[in-house]
Amino acid sequence: MRETKPEKLFRVIVLVVLSLFTILPLYVMITSSIKPLGDVQSAFQWIPKHLTIQPFIQMWSTVPLASYFVNSIIVSAAATLFSVAIAIFAAFAVSRYKFFGRNVFTTTVLSTQMFPGILFLLPLFLIFVNIDRSLGVQLVGTRIGLIITYLTFSLPFSIWMLVGYFDGIPRELDEAAKVDGSSPLGALFRVVLPAAKPGLTAVAIYSFMTSWGEVLFASVMTTDANRTLAVGLQLYSTQTNVYWNQIMAASLIVSIPVVVGFLVLQRSFVAGLTAGAVK
Amino acid sequence: MSVVTKSPDRKVRRRGGAPERRRRKPGWWLPYALLGPAVLFEILVHLIPIVIGVWMSFIKLTKFFIANWGAAPFAGLANFRISLDFSGVLGKSLLNSFLITCAFTVLAVGLSWVLGMAAAVALQKAFKGRAIFRTLFLVPYALPVYTGVIAWKFMLQKDNGAINHLLVDNLHVLGDKPFWLLGDNTFVSIVIVAAWRLWPFAFLMLMAGLQSIPEDLYEAAAIDGAKPFRQWTNVTLPMLRSVNTVVLLVMFLWTFNDFNVPYVLFGTSEPAGGDLISFHIYNTSFLTWNFGLGSAMSVLLVVFLLIVTGAYLILTNRRARRA
Repeated sequence: MRETKPEKLFRVIVLVVLSLFTILPLYVMITSSIKPLGDVQSAFQWIPKHLTIQPFIQMWSTVPLASYFVNSIIVSAAATLFSVAIAIFAAFAVSRYKFFGRNVFTTTVLSTQMFPGILFLLPLFLIFVNIDRSLGVQLVGTRIGLIITYLTFSLPFSIWMLVGYFDGIPRELDEAAKVDGSSPLGALFRVVLPAAKPGLTAVAIYSFMTSWGEVLFASVMTTDANRTLAVGLQLYSTQTNVYWNQIMAASLIVSIPVVVGFLVLQRSFVAGLTAGAVK
Repeated sequence: MSVVTKSPDRKVRRRGGAPERRRRKPGWWLPYALLGPAVLFEILVHLIPIVIGVWMSFIKLTKFFIANWGAAPFAGLANFRISLDFSGVLGKSLLNSFLITCAFTVLAVGLSWVLGMAAAVALQKAFKGRAIFRTLFLVPYALPVYTGVIAWKFMLQKDNGAINHLLVDNLHVLGDKPFWLLGDNTFVSIVIVAAWRLWPFAFLMLMAGLQSIPEDLYEAAAIDGAKPFRQWTNVTLPMLRSVNTVVLLVMFLWTFNDFNVPYVLFGTSEPAGGDLISFHIYNTSFLTWNFGLGSAMSVLLVVFLLIVTGAYLILTNRRARRA
């Protein structure tokens, strides 16, 4: 079909306005990360007058960014690994078997997504404090504690999405494998998982992304020892200075891994995310 | 789980009508075994915290009892009474925070939906460069929340921020550089920042929904003389009903529970216009160390969300059935 003039005009306007809206913070982030401190503290400049790469060097020593980086990587990766591993089996059961309690399980998993994080945060914090007091096992301020709390959102999400991907794989495939003498688990590992690889990667990336960007639990469950980037980036404000150029430089460095991962995988990601909604 | 495991047994027997001898189908336990770890962790991170959270809302859990909450005195409904006593200081501020959150949610979700829909429609037909816009529009969603919001925080600074520079120095729309993160403007600020972050999600889902609409529906509408806008109201919108149901519900829940935007923008100070409910409960709990009160507030929040979600799902279901 040919496009009419008003349609084209509509498209141009929408694209220009939304592109500007989207890019503005990105542009500010990038240009400010290469300005000297004096310039970001005085009136804003659209085009940087003085260029410097100092912020990218100094940001590592103003706050211990590297150790926050390591904490974020370990916590996000472990939460992802755990939740995806557990979710694979659960999603396989939900997708391939009819059993009593199946609906209860899926409804429960879905509805936990609805609860505000703050509801889980207060009890978990209290449980952790009490475990520390009574058993001497420290969880607040440790990576393990943070990983457990991150399961509250990454696990239900992984199960939900993996069920969608597994449902998209024809049952005949694993039934054929079973006819050939494969056990149900053999069918899962030899047939279903390889076929669901793009979906599996998308789930893992998304789970990693949400953990990487998590703020609420991190703001309570972290101390110096396990502080993640979410909280660490707030520490560039000292009593005398706010190092905006370093904050922007660090924000960029922190964003690059997840943005690249997301954009590379967006197609299989979109397919999984929307599968339930569109059908 | 014991109740659960018995039942398939019964079912098989009933359906098969077989005598007592016929045992459970071999391998009936397999799905339960597969589910085991997930159920265990669901109990650990969801069920137990919910039970404890509800219990916490009934006790006087102040800072003296944090480490030994078994000793905290039972409070009955006192925490709920304080939360819902709108003539008292705490109840009044909770109500205020609730109303701000309602307005914030309606505006941020509405704006996100409009922008997402506009972008999805604009990108519906193929043109040169479509893939670039598609990718660009997803970036705010892909960024870690706090980096995007910190960039906005910098832009909204009074003296060295880009927004004031744009509005005052470049465009001369405003005479004086206002505070954006303090005072009256905070509400506008959080709505804009939240929408910036959220609209790509609406775009993503609506775009996928649009792709599932068969092209011949538009052709038929065009032959009947429907202009693009009529095509949108008579073809696109009805075909997107189920997608919209999900998108609006998910965006509502995320936005209503949002903690990130106010926390990263304002730190732990709560400016009047930016006092969203999760943030409010967080501050009530951790600044005054009154966990009992905070828990009562979050239980009230959950009850509210359950009612709204239930009503919404029933309403949209009924409408879908009638249509």
